[in-house]
Amino acid sequence: MIEVKEISKSFADKRILTNVSGVFEKGKPNLIIGASGTGKSVLLKCIVGLVKPDHGSVTYDGRNFFEGDRNTKTEIRREIGMLFQGGALFDSKTVEENVRFPLDILTRMPQEERLQRVNFCLERVGLENANKKMPSELSGGMKKRVGIARAIVNNPNYLFCDEPNSGLDPQTSIVIDELIQDISEDYNITTIVVTHDMNSVMGIGEKILFIYKGEKLWEGTKNDITHSGVQELDDFVFANKVMNSLRDK
Amino acid sequence: MVREIGKYFIFLGRLFNNRESFKTYYKLTLDECISIGIGSILLVALVATFIGAVTTVQTAYNMVSPLIPNYVISQVVREMTVLELAPTIMAIIYAGKVGTGMAGGLGTMRITEQIDALEVMGINSVSYLVLPKIVASMLMYPLLVIVAGLCALFGGYLVGTITGIISPNDYVYGLRFTFNEFTITFAMIKSIVFAFLVASISSYKGYYTQGGALEVGISSTQAVTNSVIAVLMADYLLAQLLLSK
Repeated sequence: MIEVKEISKSFADKRILTNVSGVFEKGKPNLIIGASGTGKSVLLKCIVGLVKPDHGSVTYDGRNFFEGDRNTKTEIRREIGMLFQGGALFDSKTVEENVRFPLDILTRMPQEERLQRVNFCLERVGLENANKKMPSELSGGMKKRVGIARAIVNNPNYLFCDEPNSGLDPQTSIVIDELIQDISEDYNITTIVVTHDMNSVMGIGEKILFIYKGEKLWEGTKNDITHSGVQELDDFVFANKVMNSLRDK
Repeated sequence: MVREIGKYFIFLGRLFNNRESFKTYYKLTLDECISIGIGSILLVALVATFIGAVTTVQTAYNMVSPLIPNYVISQVVREMTVLELAPTIMAIIYAGKVGTGMAGGLGTMRITEQIDALEVMGINSVSYLVLPKIVASMLMYPLLVIVAGLCALFGGYLVGTITGIISPNDYVYGLRFTFNEFTITFAMIKSIVFAFLVASISSYKGYYTQGGALEVGISSTQAVTNSVIAVLMADYLLAQLLLSK
């Protein structure tokens, strides 16, 4: 479980986040949603420690990330898997080397075992025969899947996904969403997904935080989202024509 | 300016924090050595050969007195090559070739979130990415300077003897005449310092790139200009420290 308490962050004079709090539970995808530029990605970066908040705390299963010493931070980070918006695959490494990378650096697993684990993860994301391909040879969806394989290869306790569906067609988006949901449930890990894709929200949004202009305006599930009573959330949800037509019905 | 220098020193301090295993660095450093050494040797040899040739022709052109023996030409070429042309001029070319590569590579990794990916995994990205580059640079650049020095002297020999400026015997005699071994030590000290400056400044510029492709280009340009300024300042300081009487 990850607990975020009163996170605030400004860049220069611009306030990005204001007292955002929330609890992200294990075994299901937790979604952070909101329009572009509302501070979702900054919140995610604060949670994983890439950006230090001006105020507030982030606790991983009772361990305070920012108040902990260097060893605690390293320990927590080594339990994290993250899928970046563009995949963030290492250009000079093959798919296999990319996925194997956390094992090479962070573990002393025998070579044979590492390869088995890599193959297992690639199989899990449906990329059995892509071991020797370079990232430049992959499509957007394949890159995301390799990113997911790399994120889960080290058996993380926490999985973070930054806009996993951006730039993907609706069908591939559903595949990625289902994969994230299955992984969260199968391995019982705490997953946080940042997205503004309503298909994802309605597909895997078992716990949703709505961020508006740097503040948390609403918290709930996909079942409650259409009748939240929050105008800003309604504007966001029903901006999608399909959702709008469903409301009209 | 002061803030930037402070940030640079903090960046250098991070090289030695939270390091990975020796084996990891060994492989990365070896890869960087191959990339820097093999990738630069042809350019260095070509430029150095021409620099030696031109220095010979220009020195001969300025030797107008019949009282000055011919072997002084190669003696001047030797001193200029060992003291300045091989370590310093090559450092400027090195900054243009290797420095831009380092800044561009790290800048691209930054904007495509590859550096963030390393940080999230709990890896000290500065140490993992930059330390091997600096170590490889400090190992390979002195070797490149030796190659450059030899090529420059050979270029001077070729042009001097083919055009009849100086006889082969006079050229070799001039190279050996009143030779002070300390100049080689001085050139090696300079080359190690310059290699460190070019690699660390270029890496620093690339690592802190913010924005997109345009900013990667700007970082690469800044890497070269800042490295060259640092090299020239260090050149003066080292000459003052080690050569002044």
